Amino acid sequence: MSLKRRSFLKGAAGGGAALATAAVVPAPAQARPNKVMPPQAVGLLYDSTLCVGCKACVAGCKEANGLPVDISTADPLWDTPLDIGPKTFNVIKVYAEGTADTKDQEKNGFAFIKKSCMHCVDPSCVSVCPVTAMTKHPQTGIVEYNPDACIGCRYCVASCPFGVPQSEFDTPTPKIKKCEMCKHRQAEGKIPMCAEVCPTGATIFGPIPALTEEINRRRAMKAGEPNLFERRTVGSGDTHERPAAKYLDHVYGEKEVAGTQFRHMAAVPFVKLGYPELRDQSFASESETIQHTLYQGLMAPAVVLGGLVWAAKRASHVDDEHPEE
Amino acid sequence: MAKFHNEHEPLGGSLLSRTTVVCAILALIAGVLLAKRMVLGLGSVTNLNNGYPWGIWIVYDVVIGTAFACGGYAMAILTYILNKGEYHPMVRPALLASAFGYTLGGISIVFDLGRWWNAWHILVPSYWNSGSVMFEVALCVMAYILVLWIEFSPAMLAKFGLKNSKKKLEKILFVFVALGVLLPSMHQSSLGTLLVVMGYQIHPLWQTPILPLLFLASAITMGFSVVVFEALLGSAGFNRSVRHELPQLAKLARIIQGMMAVYLVVRFGDIIIRGAVGELFTSGVKSLMFWIEIALFATPVALFAKPGNRSSKKFLWIGACCLLLAGALYRLDAFLVAYMTGAGWSYFPSVQELLVTIGIIATEILLYIVFVRKFPVFYTHKLTPAELAAAHEK
Repeated sequence: MSLKRRSFLKGAAGGGAALATAAVVPAPAQARPNKVMPPQAVGLLYDSTLCVGCKACVAGCKEANGLPVDISTADPLWDTPLDIGPKTFNVIKVYAEGTADTKDQEKNGFAFIKKSCMHCVDPSCVSVCPVTAMTKHPQTGIVEYNPDACIGCRYCVASCPFGVPQSEFDTPTPKIKKCEMCKHRQAEGKIPMCAEVCPTGATIFGPIPALTEEINRRRAMKAGEPNLFERRTVGSGDTHERPAAKYLDHVYGEKEVAGTQFRHMAAVPFVKLGYPELRDQSFASESETIQHTLYQGLMAPAVVLGGLVWAAKRASHVDDEHPEE
Repeated sequence: MAKFHNEHEPLGGSLLSRTTVVCAILALIAGVLLAKRMVLGLGSVTNLNNGYPWGIWIVYDVVIGTAFACGGYAMAILTYILNKGEYHPMVRPALLASAFGYTLGGISIVFDLGRWWNAWHILVPSYWNSGSVMFEVALCVMAYILVLWIEFSPAMLAKFGLKNSKKKLEKILFVFVALGVLLPSMHQSSLGTLLVVMGYQIHPLWQTPILPLLFLASAITMGFSVVVFEALLGSAGFNRSVRHELPQLAKLARIIQGMMAVYLVVRFGDIIIRGAVGELFTSGVKSLMFWIEIALFATPVALFAKPGNRSSKKFLWIGACCLLLAGALYRLDAFLVAYMTGAGWSYFPSVQELLVTIGIIATEILLYIVFVRKFPVFYTHKLTPAELAAAHEK
């Protein structure tokens, strides 16, 4: 019953070793870098310091996307979404600390924040979707959802670093629900509803280069000095004047997980506003690097399978020579 | 010389027992709840929410369940790839348990899919997303379920007296045996890779780029452990002697011991390299769960270090059970305990959700009992291990 050493080693070489090597050792040389911004990318800029918390964007979004009310109080008195969800693609939240007296101040102050899909440059939800139901538009970069393709595995829900895509659970035919930057309105030449209805220009829409330019203009502003701010889009000409806030240098979405097409400016650190501190490398690139290293062109599995077939054939000769039953 | 396949015989005996009746009732309850889920949606039966979109149906029925079903995979590596014929008697029972574990895991995925009627998209190239870990897992699991039943089919063909088909199949069976090793290697490691993309949402004690390695190594070891577990349980449940199999079980224990010793070194080495050592003691429940997991992994490593313990039925049982619990807890921790989904979300499976999982386990046990009583699964031990090894060696 003792196995010959030689035959054991042969077996190990043919099967186990090849298997172990190919199955798990990542080769950094094939690392997939972060994806880059699409050529015609459009996006949104939300300026927390301009927001007055009127929630016109929340109501507008619901109207534009046909979403129902989202009640969180015991008595159903108002539409009161606490966060984004299957019934709410966009929400205005508030940060308040201490006496919460002064706007855009970290201590004893308060600040508004908008939450909706970030439209990542290298989105996890698109990377993880097994059936290409989540896609990133190759031109505009809008992260879109196709329910006709979706199998409802909810990997997008689990993987999004911002908790954006959300599933319905109260129906036998659930869909994933999230902001698609009003792609149906954009198709008609209109802009996303949240930017359309914002009375202070806290949310504006535009091509990414224009938004970047606007961000840099605001960054250079002197706090307290009067400046002009446009409503709806960059270059709309519909302006109002007000003193500039003391902007943080950090613009959320410029670098986080390879960047996002929804950018945030604020005077209070983003981690206080509920936005996670994230690295520059996208999570999708890390995961896909492992997958592509192991399975690109199915080369490694094919080689391993060859070894396995050889080993299994060698072990099965016994059966061939002893037909019975 | 050795004749293998007529060395398996059905155990016979009555299908009606307290165990089978209880299992059938539990299976029925699960069936009713699954019908309710189909009519009213996932929320009517489960506590799933958008903070915890994956619950126990995914984490137990699929992630842990398929690892428990790695017996056939682990034994195939040993018997056919490393060509150790002495383990041949243990392959078929292991394959059967694997076939049931995977098939029911596969079926339960369908009930967890929100839009299950689109599940066929996984098979259509125009929908494929090759970068998706889920895509690879789904395709591999589907293919492996098929492969498992093909691997097991000689037993069915023998039962129905289809000698010619059996002979033909056995000529090409080695191809399926090879696939039966490749496919689980791919998806058992990928079940770990599933979590990599979640990044900071998985606690640093579990989040690591070597998740696929850790998942694969623990799945193979769980496969060996489940073979030990089933051999001992089967001997108790069906009044079968395991005397003939004890030497092989002892060797499996040695393999489990070695693999898990390396696993623990790699696990801690990785935590040190990533600078997560501080989290070992400072993360409350998460740290505690980590240490329970490690204690369970370390038990068989310590226990099976002594040769005497490896041939004791009692210690084999304890060691195998600890390792199975360790592997299960590792998966539960990585997918649910370590998942930091943001403030305000919580998840604990509902009673109905748990009843479905229990019903699926009951179905597995029930089908296993029916099959080993009706089909030639268990080995009769008319051949000695030496003869078996000699037959493979020639």
